[in-house]
Amino acid sequence: MVYETGFGDLTWGHIVLICIGLVFVALAIIKKWEPYELLPIGVGMVLANLPGTGLLQMPHQVGDEFGSAGLIGILIEFGLLRYTILPQLIFLGLGAMTDFGPLLANPRLLLLGAAAQVGIFVAFFGALALGHFGIADFGIAEAACIGIIGGADGPTTIFLTSQLAPDLMGVTAVAAYSYMAMVALIQPGIIRALTTKKERKTFMKPQIRKVSKLEKIVFPIFTTITVVLLVPRSAPLVGMFMFGNLLRESGVVERLSDTAQNSLMNIVTILLMLSIGASMPADVVMKPETLMVLGLGLVAFACGTAGGVLMGRLMRLVSKEPFNPIIGAAGVSAVPMAARVAQHIGQQENPRNFLLMHAMGPNVAGVIGSAVVAGVFLNMLQ
Amino acid sequence: MQEVIEAPITGTVISVEVKVGDKVEEGDVLLYIESMKMENPIMAPEAGTVTEIHVSAGQVVETGIPLATLEYDKAG
Repeated sequence: MVYETGFGDLTWGHIVLICIGLVFVALAIIKKWEPYELLPIGVGMVLANLPGTGLLQMPHQVGDEFGSAGLIGILIEFGLLRYTILPQLIFLGLGAMTDFGPLLANPRLLLLGAAAQVGIFVAFFGALALGHFGIADFGIAEAACIGIIGGADGPTTIFLTSQLAPDLMGVTAVAAYSYMAMVALIQPGIIRALTTKKERKTFMKPQIRKVSKLEKIVFPIFTTITVVLLVPRSAPLVGMFMFGNLLRESGVVERLSDTAQNSLMNIVTILLMLSIGASMPADVVMKPETLMVLGLGLVAFACGTAGGVLMGRLMRLVSKEPFNPIIGAAGVSAVPMAARVAQHIGQQENPRNFLLMHAMGPNVAGVIGSAVVAGVFLNMLQ
Repeated sequence: MQEVIEAPITGTVISVEVKVGDKVEEGDVLLYIESMKMENPIMAPEAGTVTEIHVSAGQVVETGIPLATLEYDKAG
């Protein structure tokens, strides 16, 4: 009797993953940690690990048999593996939600966003080394996907992994979103270790230069053309991101901008996050490599934070105006959480400080930076 | 010494946590401004007394608008 129910096929692996899924749901509801991501991811993990549901059956697995593919299988195959539509649409929405004003007001902050990408390469070479010495089964494609976790950008991680190492997709994506959710726990220690109290107390004038509408309109067009010419495979992410931003800044397509920011973003978030959670079935996740991916992802994130802060210290040396290096930590993307961390620490050290707008510059630069690095990996490896 | 605390960011005042005559310590929250979908605390830079409040909850403020005036305990 029990073998006709799902209980008969339930393994310890399933139970562990169901419990982790429930922890994600609890963190989203109780702690409000990234609830828009962690809640559907958690539910996806639970559904994917309940045996015998058929929800994960992909169309290519069932051939011409009508009605036998499962909803989540269809989403994963068409939305991620075959066409990678979902992360690109998320980027369209993110572009429409992003204000590049703080970056345009002080374009030098782009350097902080670039420096914070160093974590990607540290983890990339770390994963390559583990593969080289036979400790893990990581090739160059897997190393790239593990490294990109350090970009602290979920959709970029999903986009790259779905193309280069689909088996790792669930793990890298969950690592990226989890570390983004934990940014307030991970970053402060690193920031404090790499800066002096005097540096952290540095007061930066809150007023930033007023950016004209023309600058805001030209920026997404100029960036798309130059970045895509330089790194053609970054087009799906950078192109969509900048298109979304142009919808926002043009001022003539209010309804489209509103749809991209809200309805479209919400629908795609549900579909993408459910698919990502469901990409964590027990047989894929319960391997020692998964722990290594999570560990290297954390290293990537920490090194990215360190890279941004150290670049901030360098910029402080050459800056004519007082410059607080804390804002460099926001270069890892994780918008706007990392900027919020910089703001919080800056204000804790000196109540006069208000670093939020300064930190938003490297924060949005980090999004462009990690999308470009993903394009570089695709150009190299595909 | 007196200091006028100005809005460091454009947004909406969501709550004022002090009233005229209140003693505040360095780092005490004077009010919250909602901006970029975040609640941003505006803190007292030094210990002192609130002598004037220039805004009220619900008011939209631009960067640089006076929020409150503080009379500091220590002479500047």
